[in-house]
Amino acid sequence: MAEKISILIVDDEESVRDSLLNWFIEDGYHVECAENAKKALHLLEDREFDIILADIKMPGMDGMEMHRRIKALNRDSIVIIMTAFASVDTAVQALKDGAFDYVTKPFDPDDLSHLIRNAAAQISLRTENEALKSRVITLEDIDDLIGKSEAIKNVLKQVESVAQSNSSVIITGESGTGKELVARAIHSNSSRKYFPLISVHCGALTESLLESELFGHEKGAFTGATFNRKGRFEMADGGTIFLDEIATISPKMQIELLRVLETKSFVRVGGNREISSDFRVICATNRDLKSMVQSGTFREDLYYRLNVVNITVPPLRERTDDIPLLVNHFIRKYCTSMSRDMITIEPAALKQLEQFEFPGNVRELENMIERAIVIGNGKEIKLKDLPMGKEAISNSVESLEELEKRHIELILKKYEWNISRTARALNIDRVTLYNKIRKYNLKQKE
Amino acid sequence: MKENSIILLSCGSFEKKFLGRIVLSAEAEFRLPVTTEECRMDIDPYYNPGRRQYDGNRLLHDLPLCTAGEYRKLLGLFTVDLFIPILTYIFGQAMLNHQAAIVSVYRLRNELYGMKQDEDLLISRTVKEVIHELGHTFGLIHCHVPTCVMRSSTYVEDIDQKSSNLCARCRSLFEELQK
Repeated sequence: MAEKISILIVDDEESVRDSLLNWFIEDGYHVECAENAKKALHLLEDREFDIILADIKMPGMDGMEMHRRIKALNRDSIVIIMTAFASVDTAVQALKDGAFDYVTKPFDPDDLSHLIRNAAAQISLRTENEALKSRVITLEDIDDLIGKSEAIKNVLKQVESVAQSNSSVIITGESGTGKELVARAIHSNSSRKYFPLISVHCGALTESLLESELFGHEKGAFTGATFNRKGRFEMADGGTIFLDEIATISPKMQIELLRVLETKSFVRVGGNREISSDFRVICATNRDLKSMVQSGTFREDLYYRLNVVNITVPPLRERTDDIPLLVNHFIRKYCTSMSRDMITIEPAALKQLEQFEFPGNVRELENMIERAIVIGNGKEIKLKDLPMGKEAISNSVESLEELEKRHIELILKKYEWNISRTARALNIDRVTLYNKIRKYNLKQKE
Repeated sequence: MKENSIILLSCGSFEKKFLGRIVLSAEAEFRLPVTTEECRMDIDPYYNPGRRQYDGNRLLHDLPLCTAGEYRKLLGLFTVDLFIPILTYIFGQAMLNHQAAIVSVYRLRNELYGMKQDEDLLISRTVKEVIHELGHTFGLIHCHVPTCVMRSSTYVEDIDQKSSNLCARCRSLFEELQK
């Protein structure tokens, strides 16, 4: 690697230039010298140097000024400042200005070797990083976004193209399709990945709780606010905020959110200080926001602010080609997490899965596989281990009533509409069961 | 034959046995005859009172003036502490692909580091430094192989870690450069 690294020595003393030149040549580096800053800058106009060793005190332009000009040229060179006079102030200033390091002449040979080796290591990392970046075709951290279907490939393509931008994204799709996974993939493949991805499930919070969650609150803002608390927008500084179930937020919160998105600043609940935060917003919903705008339940201006890019995650029934891959992925995932030997799935069971509608989408498939591994024989998932159409409780069910209806229907079917046995199994009396059957209009199928 | 030899100039007081060991090792490594000469150079003008050391760059520059003999490579062996302007000290100095090199035993002595005098260790370190600097004059650069004599050494402990021989890669490069 050493032979690939170029060093420019800038010092007005010939003996220093010669000594360093000789030293670095023996190490196999490519070395050039300049006796003053002007000549160095002239050399830099034509070519790049990986490392520039510059004396701080030179007639005319000094090393510090030269360093500033090199930075202004937007060169990636690592600048090491040399001086014969140890001065903390100038050292600190040089480092503040972005110098890689600061050394006092004469150097200990070992210090010089270390310094150059560290700089060379940094250059090597930077080169490697750039090479890797340019080679990134496969997305990182795409978790369970698995599939070979055109539909999922299209989603991944959109993720890849949108990740590097700062645009707001709305992810739409049915419940269980993996909208949060798409949000995570966008964040993980963006330049914000070293900062947090903060998720907020708007649907699970009341208006006042959501306000406090998003903006934070000052001590004493409301009963129980005994400490200052950072809001999610503040926590997402530098990173991404993921607002799930955005369609559920109240009109008041819609106005607040719009203001924050426009100004990237907000005030904590009960506070008066404006706080700025640099975040990217990604929203998700399983509702049709456009029709909500038309019906007046979702602000049009907020919709357009959020809907810069729209990614629609397809339901599983539109990407049945992916079911075998997903099944294998979940088998691997759960066998590993349960410390079990890898198992397989019998062809009949897989065929049944491929034909199933999956109203709860990938999440439902995942739950099915997990359950089948738990109750199965430990060698192979069989058709009987899959609850499809029997006792499956879809994750798409959101209301408690719907859940109750489905469960009663299932147990009635299990006991062939024997009311006494069903009531016993449900742990309710027969009258209640009759009432429920009437309420949900349940009928025995022939 | 002489113009294809290496001259070892002893610039200070060295025992014959000491010089003999260096000669044998250098001959074996570079497969060239090595002869010794006594150097009568006055090194006082090279002394820097501010640093209380001798200027390695200037000594290296003037070394060829100390012999009338013909040689391919010339190495001056000193007993005094050497420096170059940018470094606090040097064990030795050479110019890549040039004829001359210098080495000092001053900082190779165990006693300097508060340890027991060890003549064998001193000879071993000196042999390695002489071969290392001569290697530079033959065009060899620093090598990353830990045991190769061309590995850069900034402490005596570093010198002790390596062998007095060129690694296979440096050996073949050396052979290549001789053609």
